[in-house]
Amino acid sequence: MELPRLAVFKLASCDGCQLTLLDCEDELLALTGAVEIAHFPEASSTMLPGPYDLTLVEGSVTTPEDAERIHAIRADSRHLVTIGACATAGGIQALRNFADVDEYRRTVYAHPEYISTLATSTPVSAHVDVDFELRGCPVDRRQLIEVITAFLAGRKPDVPDHSVCFECKRRGTVCVTVAHGTPCLGPVTHAGCGALCPAYHRGCFGCFGPSGSVNLPALIPLLRRDGLDEDAVVRYLHTFNAASFDEELSK
Amino acid sequence: MTHRGSRVLHVGSLSRVEGEGALSLHVHDGTVTDARLEIYEPPRFFEAFLRGRSYTEPPDITARVCGICPVAYQMSACAAIEDACGVTVDPVIRDLRRLLYCGEWIESQALHIYLLHAPDFLGRPSAIDLARTHRAEVERGLRLKKAGNSLMELLGGRAVHPINVRLGGFHRAPTRTELRSLTEELKQALDDAWETVRWVAGFEFPDASVEADLLALTEPDTYAIESGTPTALRTDGTNTSFPVRDFTAHVTETHVAHSTALHSRLDGRLHLTGSLARFSISGRLLSPVALEAAVAAGLGDPREGAVCRNPYRSILVRAVETVYAVAEALRIIDGYEPPAHPYTEVPPVAGVGHGATEAPRGLLYHRYELDADGIVKSALLVPPTAQNQGAIEDDLRRLAQQAIGEHDPDDDELTALCERAIRNHDPCISCSTHFLDLTVVRTSEESTESTGESTGGRDV
Repeated sequence: MELPRLAVFKLASCDGCQLTLLDCEDELLALTGAVEIAHFPEASSTMLPGPYDLTLVEGSVTTPEDAERIHAIRADSRHLVTIGACATAGGIQALRNFADVDEYRRTVYAHPEYISTLATSTPVSAHVDVDFELRGCPVDRRQLIEVITAFLAGRKPDVPDHSVCFECKRRGTVCVTVAHGTPCLGPVTHAGCGALCPAYHRGCFGCFGPSGSVNLPALIPLLRRDGLDEDAVVRYLHTFNAASFDEELSK
Repeated sequence: MTHRGSRVLHVGSLSRVEGEGALSLHVHDGTVTDARLEIYEPPRFFEAFLRGRSYTEPPDITARVCGICPVAYQMSACAAIEDACGVTVDPVIRDLRRLLYCGEWIESQALHIYLLHAPDFLGRPSAIDLARTHRAEVERGLRLKKAGNSLMELLGGRAVHPINVRLGGFHRAPTRTELRSLTEELKQALDDAWETVRWVAGFEFPDASVEADLLALTEPDTYAIESGTPTALRTDGTNTSFPVRDFTAHVTETHVAHSTALHSRLDGRLHLTGSLARFSISGRLLSPVALEAAVAAGLGDPREGAVCRNPYRSILVRAVETVYAVAEALRIIDGYEPPAHPYTEVPPVAGVGHGATEAPRGLLYHRYELDADGIVKSALLVPPTAQNQGAIEDDLRRLAQQAIGEHDPDDDELTALCERAIRNHDPCISCSTHFLDLTVVRTSEESTESTGESTGGRDV
């Protein structure tokens, strides 16, 4: 029997989401027995051409070359799944979307004329059809295994889009906002991390982007009450999923 | 066919490195005239968008420069901002930071040894392929890697981009019982790390020597990880040190005329940071078990002046450093008493701060300028791979020239050699968010061919 062919591609990103696949130490050898690793440069020198049955894409589109490349990747892929905040929402590098990219270029580079870049950092879904978007900065290992398993089995991944609050309740964590007045994005943030930050006595800072039901007009007054000024609220929403939270703000 | 004439080799993307990248080699009548590690991936502009952020944010934000060494970014950011604000953390917080860093060292060194580097010595495309014949070894490597991740997950919340680090310390300090729950796994990891030393000591190592100054942080009494003084071991065997705040006066980036890449220099000379540098400069300060491992690995005894400049043998040094990091983690856990408070308050102060720590791949320097409200006015991040680029290219040129002089390898062999030369140094291209592509250009008087224009630069 021919094994399904798996590919992993990287655009503008930190490498952390594809590393999460290599961090599945207990499952890695079972996985590589169930699929053919056709293209995964970080893990293997064997790089085979498509078509691929399942393609995982990490990173956002920030250059004219990658805007072309993602179309070629899509054409080679039966199923295309984006992994992480960069591929799904543009990532931290989407902060350029709210600034002057030429000024950014001059700030970082002595020779800005050599640097080819787009004015925006955009998610893969802004360019091609995507079969599933897995959130997180980085993605959660258990969710990544679930998504790969689901696609290999031909079923829908079990990845609920409720908020981090549900995960705190399930974990039995006392609400950091209610008990301590700590600013927290948990009520508007997509579940998936297992509500890590509140368990470490810290407010959620939105790594997984907006949940399925976001109510920022209700949350922002709470953030102000708990000590954040107007600039701090904007900074709080403008991190790894800045573009997605900004869309929610403008609703 | 002789290869003294003109030929062009092109390999799409270099594999088994962190991030993606390329390289070009120009050969003219049997002489390597240019060797470049090319860096031109999408810029992400961290240094630009850090301006205007709160001084509390760089540990979380700069972690996103690199998914392989986020703890290094968090630690250098904290060190620099605490320096700007004039805060020194408690010894127990320092110990916890070192413990978290040990987790990253274990995870990252095991990743490089088993998944990226070992396949080169065994002539295989990947560890996945290697598992077909060496399953027990690959499983051991994954178990060791997992032990590092377990440590980061317990103390940091998760292995990639930990959430528990903050200025002044941690959001929550672990209890004694929580940390002790790692002891069994780490004891197994110590055995696995020792077996790793014995395994890699059996590999075959070609002769080679990096001809560059070595640069690493040093501490008076310990193998430096989360703090230290930059110290250079020159090629003539002399040592010099300088304060972290003078880093950019010594390590400068210059634009070389023939290349669009920015090259880093230490006092005008090529330099290399990372495992070889740390071992050669501070090896004598390794713990007894790690010193024993160094001798067992065939590296000699650093207390008697042993140094290692052979880049192929860097896998031995990484294995020894893994033994050290596991033993160090066990030592810290054994002596741990929770701090009274998980962090020291860090009130904002207008000024400039500098921080440097030892990422698995070498010295990582951060500098921040803050205003009185703690808003970041400017930021500078100098990752190890940006510093190493010049020395890696120099090493590549030498290894390729040596091979061409000895037996005139064909294109496939030369390509494989070039990839190995790069992988020896464990470049972290994600750190610079750069792209590498392998191009070999050979020209002669009669015929000149060239390929691939490239743009380059450093960006984080």
